[in-house]
Amino acid sequence: MNKTVIGILAAGALLASVPWLGLPAFYESFLYLVCHWAILALSWNILSGYSGYFSFGHGAFFGIGMYTSAGLAAHLNWPFLWTLPAAALMAALLGLGLGVVVFRVKSVRGELFALLTLAVTFVVGTIVLNTRIDGGPGIYLNAVAVPAIGPSASSSLYLLALAGAVATMLIAYKVQSSKLGIGLFAIHDDEDVAEVMGVPTFRYKLLAFALSCSLAGLAGGIHALFVSYVTAGETFNITVPLTVVLMSVLGGTRHWAGPAVGALFITVLLFMSAGSNPVAGKAAVGVILIVVILFMPNGILGYFFKRRVAVQGAVPVVQDPAVPLAAAHAPAAAPVRQANLATRGEPKVLLEVQGLSKAFTGVQALDQVSLQVHEGEILGLLGPNGSGKSTFINVVSGHYAATGGAIFFEGRQLAGLPAHQIAQAGIARTYQIPRPFAHMSVLQNVALVAMFGGAALNHQQATEEAWKWLEFTGLQDKANALPDDLNLHQRKFLELTRALASRPRLVLLDEVLSGLTPAEINEAIELIRKIRERGATIVFVEHVMRAVMALADRVAVLNHGKLIAVGPSQEVMRNPEVVSAYLGTPHA
Amino acid sequence: MSFPSFNLLAQSILSGIFIGSLYGLIGLGLGLTWGLLRQINLSHFGLVFLSAYMSYHMATVWHMDPWLSLLILPPLFFAFGVGMQWVMARFQISPFNSLLVTFGIAVVIESLIQAIWTADFRRMETHYNDMKFSVGSLYVPIPELLTLLLSVSIALLIWAAMRYTDLGKALRAMAEDGQIAAAFGINQKGMSLMLAGVCAALAAVAGICLAMTFTLTPSQIFAWVGVVFAVVMLGGLGSAMGPLVGGIIIGVSEAITMAVASPSWAPIVSFSLLIFLLLLRPGKI
Repeated sequence: MNKTVIGILAAGALLASVPWLGLPAFYESFLYLVCHWAILALSWNILSGYSGYFSFGHGAFFGIGMYTSAGLAAHLNWPFLWTLPAAALMAALLGLGLGVVVFRVKSVRGELFALLTLAVTFVVGTIVLNTRIDGGPGIYLNAVAVPAIGPSASSSLYLLALAGAVATMLIAYKVQSSKLGIGLFAIHDDEDVAEVMGVPTFRYKLLAFALSCSLAGLAGGIHALFVSYVTAGETFNITVPLTVVLMSVLGGTRHWAGPAVGALFITVLLFMSAGSNPVAGKAAVGVILIVVILFMPNGILGYFFKRRVAVQGAVPVVQDPAVPLAAAHAPAAAPVRQANLATRGEPKVLLEVQGLSKAFTGVQALDQVSLQVHEGEILGLLGPNGSGKSTFINVVSGHYAATGGAIFFEGRQLAGLPAHQIAQAGIARTYQIPRPFAHMSVLQNVALVAMFGGAALNHQQATEEAWKWLEFTGLQDKANALPDDLNLHQRKFLELTRALASRPRLVLLDEVLSGLTPAEINEAIELIRKIRERGATIVFVEHVMRAVMALADRVAVLNHGKLIAVGPSQEVMRNPEVVSAYLGTPHA
Repeated sequence: MSFPSFNLLAQSILSGIFIGSLYGLIGLGLGLTWGLLRQINLSHFGLVFLSAYMSYHMATVWHMDPWLSLLILPPLFFAFGVGMQWVMARFQISPFNSLLVTFGIAVVIESLIQAIWTADFRRMETHYNDMKFSVGSLYVPIPELLTLLLSVSIALLIWAAMRYTDLGKALRAMAEDGQIAAAFGINQKGMSLMLAGVCAALAAVAGICLAMTFTLTPSQIFAWVGVVFAVVMLGGLGSAMGPLVGGIIIGVSEAITMAVASPSWAPIVSFSLLIFLLLLRPGKI
């Protein structure tokens, strides 16, 4: 167990002793409310803070838990403790059902997701109010026995909430430091890129949502007994989601403990203001909120951890510059080209596309393209602007779904698979306009791909792998910088490093050279050569003809979505159809 | 469920249109700041209620005609909106932080209202209250009709301004890409100050309409958030006519549900509609 886990458990044990100190019951209800809000805010943060899917529906899941517990305990006379797992389960099921539908619709992100979940709250609330679940008058829990955990009823409730809060903290911490958490943070920054880099985005969002909802349901279940009278109007409204968002953002959504800090802060404020002058107290809460957000836009914890970009795992592996790169750390999984050449037989086909088509409403971006990529070669993909080169890369990498045709990679059909499975099969790509994960350091950007891509390394190995590739591309000095601090040349190289760190068998490069100076282009050409020497097969889209001629073993030319020529570079460039595609047909 | 008489149904639809136009009027300012300034302005609801209470005070305590407050309050609120936007711009608030800051402002306004007018119910008493006329068997209350007329004419005015004036074009360009718009000579800061002022003035107008038809209590501020959010999203962020159309769709669907089923089922129609629109017509909203 690491220090954080021990710390959480120790704090929990310490707080668990409060009921035996003989303090007035007032303190127990105060501490109960802190724990209650901590569970809600921390659980909200697991989906919404980590992945950026801001939910305004936490009230719905909290409310489902509340009504499940209240109904089972008051109407069906279940022992109260047995209703709590049921409350968590019901909330999780609602979350899963909603997630399966909502997470499939790509455009429901950001504020649309917030709104949709808010609407779900009102729909669920209306159904509960008008059916036998509530029926209008609400549910009384006066007759339900409080489980005798502590010396008194209020202390028992407090201990229940405390246990829930400790469990939620452990889960929130574990999720953040796990592969799931890293994937969720990637989704936060750029979901499409995360998917293409191998993050199973749909599954991760669903998992986080289910976790988040079940914990909210648990909090609701306990709260039903605490308030002992449950009504739809008090449950399914905007107060719970607003308070929870407030607490999390105030505490800091990018740190697992942020929402707990926010919960403590706001609950203390509300308690202090509840005394002599409630109106002035409320106004004070409002003013403090305004001031804190204005001066600490990343939350309290975000403010204190501002300048610390966490360097996770390993320290830099110091390489002896005299040792050749390939000898020092040749990626074990990558095929060695020399072995392939040695056979001297027919070239082995790594990727084969057959009749590949992609239509955007009305525009045929790829039209029946059939093409083979041989293992170990560098294939240049050329064509005028709008000829379908980038679409080719987008379809093969799974960014777009093909509208027709087949893609075989090492004999396996890839068309129709989600992008993360294509990445895990060993295909990596770069984006023409670099799309790094903005809130992750350069090192974390690269390590993420080593974890989720074809290499599938664990956290420690992935960080070591990332260092190796950063040294390979010369970005090691920038490892702890954020992508925003890089210039274009460095960002392009970061794209490249990311692609390499997954130990791909096939690399798709989309105009890595555009926008670079001649000197930088020379550097990049050398780098691409080195990548091939290490065994990867490369397909690259490029307009810089000097680079194409220097690098490509073969070139393929697209025009209006059709493949018009493929073969050795010199030969293809003399092909009259290729010449006319670039220069137009002579009319003389 | 029982099927109501034709007359009851027609009266319900009419009242749905009236309440819908108020939804639209409140949603208009909210949607403009949301769509064009990327701010989710919860304090808009606070301003609506502040204006409602102020016009209540002017009418009931000082015995002024409510139409006089229509001349006094919007300029005052315009100034407040400009000041608020100046602070927001100064601190470069992100969209979700804007939600929190404006929530804080709404809470402060709520406390202020409670401190001045207490948490009791307040009803504006004016000679307009009982004025109504009938068309056939349908009753048309004057305050509601005035709300509808105001809402429609303001929406049309803003729509025309956004579409035909240089100012409107500049605003739309700014919403599309602020930095590029600035590079082409659009005074981003000035525009956003003005827009925020206009939206606050719209809140003042909506508040006066609210006071004419509803009984006021401070805690009601947040009761309107859900349905007006739905109206704004349905109508389209930053759209001038959208909130009015969305408001009337939701208002009428609520009114029909109330007549056919029971009032407590009312929210389900509008919110289910919203969910289906979000899922089936993604990107069009």
